[in-house]
Amino acid sequence: MLLAGTARPALWHLARIDFDPVRERRVLLYPEGAVLLNDTAAEILALCDGVRTVDDIAATLSVRYSTDVTADVVEYLSQLAERELVRDANDDG
Amino acid sequence: MPTTTGKPTTLLAELTHRCPLHCPYCSNPVALTRSRGELSTEEWQRVLTEARALGVLQLGLSGGEPLVRRDLEAIVAHARGLGLYSTLVTSALGLTRERAVRLKDAGIDHVQISFQDAEREGAERIAGTPSWDAKHAAARWVKELGLAFTVNVVLHRANLDRLAEIIDMAAALGADRLELANTQYYGWAVTNRAALMPTRAQVERSVEIVDRAVERYRRRMQIIYVLPDYHSEFPKPCYGGWGAHYLVVAPDGRVLPCHAASDITTLTFDTVRERSLAWIWDESAAFRAFRGDAWMREPCRSCPRKHVDFGGCRCQAFALVGDAAATDPVCTLSPERYRIDAMLDAVASPEPTYRYRTMPGAAPAVGARAGDEG
Ligand code: SF4
Repeated sequence: MLLAGTARPALWHLARIDFDPVRERRVLLYPEGAVLLNDTAAEILALCDGVRTVDDIAATLSVRYSTDVTADVVEYLSQLAERELVRDANDDG
Repeated sequence: MPTTTGKPTTLLAELTHRCPLHCPYCSNPVALTRSRGELSTEEWQRVLTEARALGVLQLGLSGGEPLVRRDLEAIVAHARGLGLYSTLVTSALGLTRERAVRLKDAGIDHVQISFQDAEREGAERIAGTPSWDAKHAAARWVKELGLAFTVNVVLHRANLDRLAEIIDMAAALGADRLELANTQYYGWAVTNRAALMPTRAQVERSVEIVDRAVERYRRRMQIIYVLPDYHSEFPKPCYGGWGAHYLVVAPDGRVLPCHAASDITTLTFDTVRERSLAWIWDESAAFRAFRGDAWMREPCRSCPRKHVDFGGCRCQAFALVGDAAATDPVCTLSPERYRIDAMLDAVASPEPTYRYRTMPGAAPAVGARAGDEG
């Protein structure tokens, strides 16, 4: 299922982002798991503060990359939401 | 499938075999390491440093009961300094609030507490010791301190009928995650297999119960359910393949590709007392034995699932077929599958008797009775 544009994604409060000097990549760490992040993924997650909406994040990054990245942003965040690594702050209220 | 070595992501540090519980499904080897053979604080810290340099990101601190190590805080602090995400895998016996605070200050990220059942009597019968109050108190401290909290329950014939209550208990304890693991038949569990195996009907009911609970607790508690592989068509992949992502350091420093691998008596395992972790990962005979797919025979060799399940569990193949390179006999394509079916058909007796886990030379647990096997 895809996240709505109005969803306000936030990292699961038990997950944290660290830098892995061995793989020279940022990495998302959480209980019993790790996801290596490429630069784009890390930039998307850096904007997931539970306040910005998916649409806000897509717009910010589309400006930054000078091309429409909305579809990629929605797909990536939806994948992480499916794994419950990203949560919609609208649901917690 | 590349046979070149990738980098490991997860290290399980079995700090000790000492444990106040006597669970008959313990995955520790039946020949337990005595405390004087355990690695020292400095040795463990060196192992963690080497593991981090090798690429390890996730650290499990387990045992036995890791809390019996008085240097646990020093080990945790070292792990945190290296940037590892660390999980304490504990029975919670011996945990005090002060110790929980010290572990948090040292940098533990995540605490996994084992629970045995949703009711005191069943829980203490399987643990072989009073433990209910200590575990429930420990769960409150972990929550209060804001640590990530997983409840782990090993499922078997005597507690599967209370699965719904077990799930509700974990939610009431405030678990972020609930791991429901059906008994895997390694170590002590092999000795007690006849007393632990669930019936087919129990397993079928459990799947429905878990499916409903996953919906009910969505976003509040993650539920991880590992189906008993005896009841599956295909085996489970062993941590993404032998020597691919995962390594275990045993209390005496031997390095294993999985926590049950010491059951494979045809392999010898190098120790961090004699070799670097990197050498053991890349070069040791035990890690190379089943890495990649060159070792596979039929039916795995030509099977399209060989990079999905990697031929299943080497430890199980060795335990049941006597050959660690055989196809996991759980696989319905294995000519040895009839052995599993025969065991499933034999499950009947409602009142199990256990052989409790004990250290060599130690007094047997109260209430221990001889098992039917071993
Ligand atoms: S034959 Fe081997 S590779 Fe194929 S499903 Fe069975 S265990 Fe897996």
